[in-house]
Amino acid sequence: MNTELFGIGASFLLMLIIGIPLGKYLAKMFAGEKVWTDFMKPLENGIYKLSGINPNEGMDWKQFLKAMMSINIVWLAYGFFVLMYQDKLPLNPDGNPGMTADLAFNTIISFVVNCNLQHYSGESGASYLIQHFIFMFLHFVSAATGIACAVAFFKAFRDKTTTNLGNFWNYFVKAITRLLLPLSVVVALILTFNGTPSSYAGKDQFISLQGDTVNVSRGPAAQMIAIKHLGTNGGGWFGANSAHPLENPNYLTNITEIVSQMIIPIAMVLCFGYFIGRKKIGWVIFGVMMIGALMLLIPSISSETGGNPAIAKMGIAQPTGAMEGKEVRIGPTATAYWSTLTTIVSTGSVNGMHDSTMALTGLWQLLGMMINGFFGGCGVGVLNYFIYLIIAVFISGLMVGRTPEFLGHKVEAREVKIAALITLLSPFLIMAGTALAAYVFTSHGNADWAIKPSAWLNNPSYHGFSEMLYEMTSANANNGSGFEGLGDNNIFWNVSTGVLMILGRFLPIIGPVAIAGLLAKKKFIPESAGTLKTDTVTFGLMTFAVILVLNALSYFPALALGPIAEYFSMIK
Amino acid sequence: MKNLMTSIRLTLVLVVLLCVVYPIVIASAGKLSKGKGDGETVSVNGKVVGYANEGQSFTQQKYFWGRPSAVGYNAAGSAGSNKGPSNPDYLKDVAGRIDTLLKYHPYLKRSDIPAEMVTASGSGLDPDISPEAAKIQIKRIAEVRGLSVEQVTKLVDAHTEAPLLGMFGPAKVNVLKLNVGLDELAKPAK
Repeated sequence: MNTELFGIGASFLLMLIIGIPLGKYLAKMFAGEKVWTDFMKPLENGIYKLSGINPNEGMDWKQFLKAMMSINIVWLAYGFFVLMYQDKLPLNPDGNPGMTADLAFNTIISFVVNCNLQHYSGESGASYLIQHFIFMFLHFVSAATGIACAVAFFKAFRDKTTTNLGNFWNYFVKAITRLLLPLSVVVALILTFNGTPSSYAGKDQFISLQGDTVNVSRGPAAQMIAIKHLGTNGGGWFGANSAHPLENPNYLTNITEIVSQMIIPIAMVLCFGYFIGRKKIGWVIFGVMMIGALMLLIPSISSETGGNPAIAKMGIAQPTGAMEGKEVRIGPTATAYWSTLTTIVSTGSVNGMHDSTMALTGLWQLLGMMINGFFGGCGVGVLNYFIYLIIAVFISGLMVGRTPEFLGHKVEAREVKIAALITLLSPFLIMAGTALAAYVFTSHGNADWAIKPSAWLNNPSYHGFSEMLYEMTSANANNGSGFEGLGDNNIFWNVSTGVLMILGRFLPIIGPVAIAGLLAKKKFIPESAGTLKTDTVTFGLMTFAVILVLNALSYFPALALGPIAEYFSMIK
Repeated sequence: MKNLMTSIRLTLVLVVLLCVVYPIVIASAGKLSKGKGDGETVSVNGKVVGYANEGQSFTQQKYFWGRPSAVGYNAAGSAGSNKGPSNPDYLKDVAGRIDTLLKYHPYLKRSDIPAEMVTASGSGLDPDISPEAAKIQIKRIAEVRGLSVEQVTKLVDAHTEAPLLGMFGPAKVNVLKLNVGLDELAKPAK
């Protein structure tokens, strides 16, 4: 009996058992129908009143995006200053210093955009004030931002012809009070009763059994780890993220954390179908995403449980798989499982070090982030997928000689142009970023930065290249995991990935919402024999093909230089 | 401008709800948990000797050893080695660890050594080893401590934690708890 395989089987089932009904619930809740969480209404009304919000005021797509951007800008400014001056602010029991300007720039963008790339280490780089009032706060609100934008996009297809996408503040507040906050309470309680600290006590010191003096970092971590997963954020309390035994103390917490990062992305996909009253399209998209996820998941598990061939040559037993960078209580199977899911859903939390995974596992992790549409982050996953879908509608339309239509609205030049630009954005940012990094590394190795470019890489050769490619990909995908060997806390990486994160976040939100807004305004065309049906399995496969072709064309050369080359160098 | 004012007001309200009310509720509930929300500790004679969930450095011959750590089990930080699978320097480190293990356990074959004993953990604070990794050290411990192999084997079995519900995930042995048990075993009977 392979208990490690049983373990991931159980978490897979649990994720479906919770995610599917959650999708139906979200569709009802966002439509304003009666749901059991209506007892939160007084709280919401209080929030609206204190903030001067009229939740029933309709917004067109431009007004909606303006509201969304303005609150995000407020968070950027608020966070930047608190990060720089944390040493002068309260709740800093370990006396951590303020951040440098470039690190603060990178870190605040990282958390506002739901990326959570961390160029600092939690234990020594962030006070409790920052961890809660900036990071945990942004965990909630950045996830709610993504969800609110997705709901606006759903709303565009719910009505036949409309300019009203709903009220940003309304969706945003409800995403917190009706979804993120209640689930966070449940998850945080599970964590704290399994050993994750939740009190405000500072560092502890003790004398070990052998007589060494040991310092232990602690703090109210359970609260943050709950929402870090539910909101597909991924930024951990401790440097080692969910590999840390206090963030993830046992197998039960491991299941809890991996399930909680999957349920909202799954629910949002099904919510789309139920919300617009065409549940079939939700299930077709779900099917495509699930096939994509499994195609990355199964080979990852197989390459990790197979062990490291270089260590096998030394005659060492690897009964469960490769163990470098992994934890015994979790095991290689659940680590491989997690590493794929965390890269497809943009969480980017890790329960083992990705830098030390096998070459091919690294390939699947990179691909998951490059595609970024198999479930994807809270809300934004659906929006990313929608861009692929528009391209598929356009290509299918051309193939069968029909006017491309999506759910009763003509897809015309303007919409396709936006979709094409967004599609090209990711490869451009990732490739240009990696090329620039590689150029600086080879030609300006001695630049006088906090970490000299020649000392950036923790591993030589192909794997070193993968470290740079991974960092840029993770920034663009708003994932936040890393090949953490990379020496990234210096001005080059802080600024470049900061720019990538902000572009990789807001353009792929603005694009789809704008397309949806433009489509919704158009005259509704009833379905006829000549309509290209977008809720069929055939069309699902077509979208899948578009995803594969687009990503293979964009990324194969870079992947061939990194993980693929490393793989072939190891089997010779 | 209206958006900006709304944004600032909403941010303030949510900061109170999400960063004050929510964490304090959880912290209060956490007081009821085993470690009172401060982290569960292990004590010997009323003195704290470690945290149950955090590994510590065991280098002395009389103790069971844990896994290699990239941060030397310094729990004020945490990190893996981040060495890639094909890195030649890393593979040299692994070879060195194998030699050390074989030196102190001359009775072992290479194929007896589980990978986790020669590879660094993800956090650098892994508190556990597999039951196999504990078993290969039994003979050494028994010799150093003057105990019988059966006694030590029994102790290892008693400290082996089964998978979750007996079905999910790996079995493991907490090295700190095992060593505390070992010290108690070795105490002369009063």
